[in-house]
Amino acid sequence: MEFLTDVFSQDVNVRMLYIIILSIFVGIEVIEKVPTILHTPLMSGANAIHGVVIIGSIIVMGKAPSDDYLIMILGFLAVVFGTLNVVGGFVVTDRMLELFKKKK
Amino acid sequence: MSTSAILNICYLIGSLGFIIGLKMLSKPETARKGNWVAAVGMAIAIFGTIFLYIDPETGEKITNLTWIFGGMLIGTILGTMSAKKVQMTAMPQMVSIFNGMGGICAGLIGIIEFRHLIHLNETPGGTLMTGHALIILLGLIIGTVSFAGSVVAFLKLNGNLNDYSFKGQTFFNLFFLVAVFGVALFMMNGDVANAHMMMYVLFAMACVYGISFVMPIGGADMPVVISLLNSFTGVAAAFGGFLYNNGVMLTGGILVGAAGTLLTVLMCKAMNRSLMNVIIGSFGGGNAASAAIVGENGGVIKEISAGDVGINMSYAQKVIIVPGYGLAVAQAQHICHELEKQLTEKGVDVKYAIHPVAGRMPGHMNVLLAEADVSYDKLLEMDAANDEFATTDVVLILGANDVVNPAAKNNPASPIYGMPILEVEKAKTVIVNKRSMNKGYAGIENELFFGSKTRMLFGDAKKMLQELVNEVKSN
Repeated sequence: MEFLTDVFSQDVNVRMLYIIILSIFVGIEVIEKVPTILHTPLMSGANAIHGVVIIGSIIVMGKAPSDDYLIMILGFLAVVFGTLNVVGGFVVTDRMLELFKKKK
Repeated sequence: MSTSAILNICYLIGSLGFIIGLKMLSKPETARKGNWVAAVGMAIAIFGTIFLYIDPETGEKITNLTWIFGGMLIGTILGTMSAKKVQMTAMPQMVSIFNGMGGICAGLIGIIEFRHLIHLNETPGGTLMTGHALIILLGLIIGTVSFAGSVVAFLKLNGNLNDYSFKGQTFFNLFFLVAVFGVALFMMNGDVANAHMMMYVLFAMACVYGISFVMPIGGADMPVVISLLNSFTGVAAAFGGFLYNNGVMLTGGILVGAAGTLLTVLMCKAMNRSLMNVIIGSFGGGNAASAAIVGENGGVIKEISAGDVGINMSYAQKVIIVPGYGLAVAQAQHICHELEKQLTEKGVDVKYAIHPVAGRMPGHMNVLLAEADVSYDKLLEMDAANDEFATTDVVLILGANDVVNPAAKNNPASPIYGMPILEVEKAKTVIVNKRSMNKGYAGIENELFFGSKTRMLFGDAKKMLQELVNEVKSN
């Protein structure tokens, strides 16, 4: 109970909760009338978007002490993997959507 | 303007890019641009972070820039090369493996941050029973589960792994999941000195759970699983956003988490199965359908909406229409011609496949279509049509039944066995328009309707064709 009071009394936490709730509704709203032909490219696009987790890896790498080898390596790997998600994700999505060129 | 103000603007632009991009991705006309809108938003958020981010604990900007740029360069080269070189048929596994990359990125962030938290709390009076620790651990667990599951999904789609399940695996999975959270709680509550080792145990357990979750699910259901894992990684990214009080990570993560979940549900509906059935049902062996329309051999029909058909046809290269008695009954030959004209205007190659006994008399269809001013060089006789189906994207069957029933070729016991038919199964997609599942002239069930490439468009031919014309016009 005290834990909940601690969490909800901080404005920053409450604001983030607003963002979460609204984002859920936006996410659902945005997907509602998707034709089946777009299911896979949309999934691929969403996949690329959650590559935003790379920002966390940049932050982590950005404050890693250069003498802590384990953290440096793990952080480096995290950046590589995050970039793979972002770049690979957007390129794959674009390839899938090549088939949607308008004729004429 | 202060750097933090510019950075906040960058994050706002990034979030907007995600929302607008995702919306654009849900419509065929704007999908390709939507992908780029999201990508640009992402780039702005990333580079804004690199150059403008200030750590709240130390007040310092991002260091180790060579490592960061080096990592991004490697990721970009590997990512672009693999995404471009891979065959189109391998696209689903590429989505899966890139999803896994995002997952393990979140997992590693969790490990690093938790290690940092342990160091801060190794002094007497330090505790790990905080909201902060919980957020880090949840991101770690969810990201790692998604990573392990995505790797398994990739290997399955690639053909390297078969389905594997053991008795009671559903219960094992449930139990193990509870155990994972139990260990996390235990770790937070216990001795800070042990937390280090336990963190790696937790990581390993999350991997095991991810593997066990995806292992038993059949290869054909993988796209649904990948969509689900996609939303998991989104949630993991959101936890990262919660951790760093980072608006763009939070927005992007939750958007994908929510949108990905809904997309998973939609994909299940399109397969006419429930999500529970996909995750657990594979043990039973068969595909239990939630709808009532099950064929005599236990097959399941899949329905489609006029909107989907309209889009399919608008973007097809070649469409063949198979008219039948139903078209005549509905007197829909004129609106059919209208659809043909609309599609031809869009650059689609449209022809008609006329079976010799389509309708109730020979030549019935020819007369019907001639009355609607359909040009007779668009009419293909059966043999000519059968040569073309293999290169056809969409076959639209309008009220024809027995003339497209594969039993005539496959089933010696069938009353229509031996009759030559239109081999529509060779095409990429088959759309069947009928008023109901009622049997045709020969009074038998048509196994074509239960085929994997077949989708049923129920409704009166005239009404459905009008809807299709409207859809094609608006595309």
